[in-house]
Amino acid sequence: MSHETPTAPLLVRGATLPDGTRADLLLADGVVTEVGPGLDAGSAEVLDADGLVALPGLVDLHTHLREPGREDAETVATGSRAAAAGGFTAVLAMANTSPVTDTAEAAERVLDLGRAAGLVDVQPVGAVTHGLEGQQLAELGLMARSRAGVRVFSDDGRCVADARVMRRALEYVKAFGGVVAQHAQDPTLAGPDACCHEGETSGRLGLPGWPGVAEETIVARDVMLARHTGSRVHVCHVSSAGTVEVLRWAKAQGLPVTAEVTPHHLLLTTDEVAGYDPTYKVNPPLRPAEDVAALRAALADGTIDAVATDHAPHARHDKEHAFTDAAFGMVGLETALAVVSAVMVADGPFGWDDVARVMSANPARIAGLAGQGRPLAVGEPANLALVDPAARVTVDRDATHSLSRNNPWHGRELVGQVRATVLRGAVTHRA
Amino acid sequence: MRKHLLEVDDLTPDDVDTLFATAAEMHDVQRRAVKKLPALRGRTVINLFFEDSTRTRSSFEIAGKWLSADTINITGKGSSASKGESLRDTVLTIAAMGVDALVVRHGASGAARRISEWVDASVINAGDGTHEHPTQALLDAYTLTRRLGELGDRHVVLVGDLTHSRVFRSNVRLLRMLGARVTVVAPPTLMPSGVDAWSARDGFATSWDLDAVLPTADAVMMLRVQRERMTGGFFPTAREYTVGYGLTRDRLALLGDTVPVLHPGPMNRGLEIAADAADAAQSLVLDQVSAGVAVRMSVLYHLLAGETA
Repeated sequence: MSHETPTAPLLVRGATLPDGTRADLLLADGVVTEVGPGLDAGSAEVLDADGLVALPGLVDLHTHLREPGREDAETVATGSRAAAAGGFTAVLAMANTSPVTDTAEAAERVLDLGRAAGLVDVQPVGAVTHGLEGQQLAELGLMARSRAGVRVFSDDGRCVADARVMRRALEYVKAFGGVVAQHAQDPTLAGPDACCHEGETSGRLGLPGWPGVAEETIVARDVMLARHTGSRVHVCHVSSAGTVEVLRWAKAQGLPVTAEVTPHHLLLTTDEVAGYDPTYKVNPPLRPAEDVAALRAALADGTIDAVATDHAPHARHDKEHAFTDAAFGMVGLETALAVVSAVMVADGPFGWDDVARVMSANPARIAGLAGQGRPLAVGEPANLALVDPAARVTVDRDATHSLSRNNPWHGRELVGQVRATVLRGAVTHRA
Repeated sequence: MRKHLLEVDDLTPDDVDTLFATAAEMHDVQRRAVKKLPALRGRTVINLFFEDSTRTRSSFEIAGKWLSADTINITGKGSSASKGESLRDTVLTIAAMGVDALVVRHGASGAARRISEWVDASVINAGDGTHEHPTQALLDAYTLTRRLGELGDRHVVLVGDLTHSRVFRSNVRLLRMLGARVTVVAPPTLMPSGVDAWSARDGFATSWDLDAVLPTADAVMMLRVQRERMTGGFFPTAREYTVGYGLTRDRLALLGDTVPVLHPGPMNRGLEIAADAADAAQSLVLDQVSAGVAVRMSVLYHLLAGETA
């Protein structure tokens, strides 16, 4: 809808730009037409942004929109609404749906569902292997040539564990500038029932765990495969301090490796699982405070490039089991900015320009989305999020646009609220 | 006493004293020709066992019957997830029949706690995955107390597959609560994750060397080792495990003939415990079983009769 339709002009009045300067932004025909103080509104609708920070529209490298297959947990439309409410103008939809996004047709279907919803750009991620089975390459080239123009490939939810398959995938996607986004987790280093961080807490609780090393060994291997193939590896949801060390080394070598971290891994620790509440069951698992500190430092110094939500909605009954039997994952689209603002801005070293970098520019660059992640400047796409940086919000899991309620932030106070989101000049969210 | 018994930490030392005193009375009843007491007449106890169990389920069933409770067994193998029903739905269905206590055995750690959050009935954890088995620890400590007297400063050694043992997790908490010195022994692959930090915090010792520990033991508790663990690479062969960590005839001699030997069963004779040790005069294995009924009577009594008395 909004995708191709021309939009009425909009004047964003008195916003604080990421660099701290104050300006009006005139948006027309889907682009930013003027930036400066005291612009004349003319016939444009005025959006009062006094006291609000204007960020380029946020880009999420990692969402699960559950459609097709689990429309009771989320649809592309409801996930898009949640994304817009979170300040996002583009999301990448992971391939682990049912059926899996492992063909051009499946990718185009997700693209079309996103366009029909019209609230964010929904860019499908293609599976690396057929059916996420880790054996036979999916039709990577056909997905790349499809209308969806898939460039990010991932078996997320599962690791591409076989080194030979990973090597071939990396070599193959070079032909069309693809990137393999790896869910780094060696399945042989933990039992099939692993469900939380392996450490003192899991030992006490009698829960089978994943050690950090199960992630670190795969990242180390993939870093060397990136060096060998010259192809791009993106590391999904980094969770351990050891992975940060490997990434730091890789970046120092100038290797084509990027990485993301989730909001929950920046704040929550493995202590949360002590009450066996499956709301906190997530993959990769919540880790100890030392890992959280290392992840924050890595995001601050650029070792980790981006924040990605790993928004993973689940129907209530899929969490109403014993911890080991419950589904993995937590919702996150609507709270991501508030968590980053609480952790990295209010209590951390970030300015809003840094937030724009890790939540918009970098993820757009990694995903190859040309019309996203651009600065708020004349001639650029009119994608933006207006944030009230001082608003304290107590999260209510029922006050959501998502169909699911598996919200780990329920009842917690966060700082920073998205007041409006604009996609190519059209307002997609207002609060 | 709290409404539920989910883990040893639900108990205070005073609760344990009370439970043991009542268990001793129940133990006397056990020796009578007519064993039935009217204490829980009209109350309903459901043994909800999602995992195979013979001894624990029978023990709870007899305990309930001797207290005149209506005791019903419900067994269902596999997780409710695999049947497409949530655990909450399964449990609410059963609780809706009108139940005073649910005795729950489940293959997943924390299952009893989850269930206690959904139902009004008292929940007794009869073993949740590799987490806890609090009535087993109570009956072990009760048995030891009757043999050794107060456990303060007594050195109790637990040996075996600690990683996968709920008996170990409950025992180490309770024995520490009662003031015993505890050493747990296992090969490094069968030590629970994070045990160094954990043992330092909770004040127990760990060792990979059984022979170094046995000479100072006041009691030895052998834990079951499943042969399947070999395929998981936890140890190379049964033979090698026995040589390193079994209570062999030689080690029994090292122990002397007065130090009590316990095993929660079922025993793998010849693997973690030699027949000579299992059948020795110092073996308390059958005392544990008999104490199990008395202790479970005591637990049921205090959780159910206590609230109306």
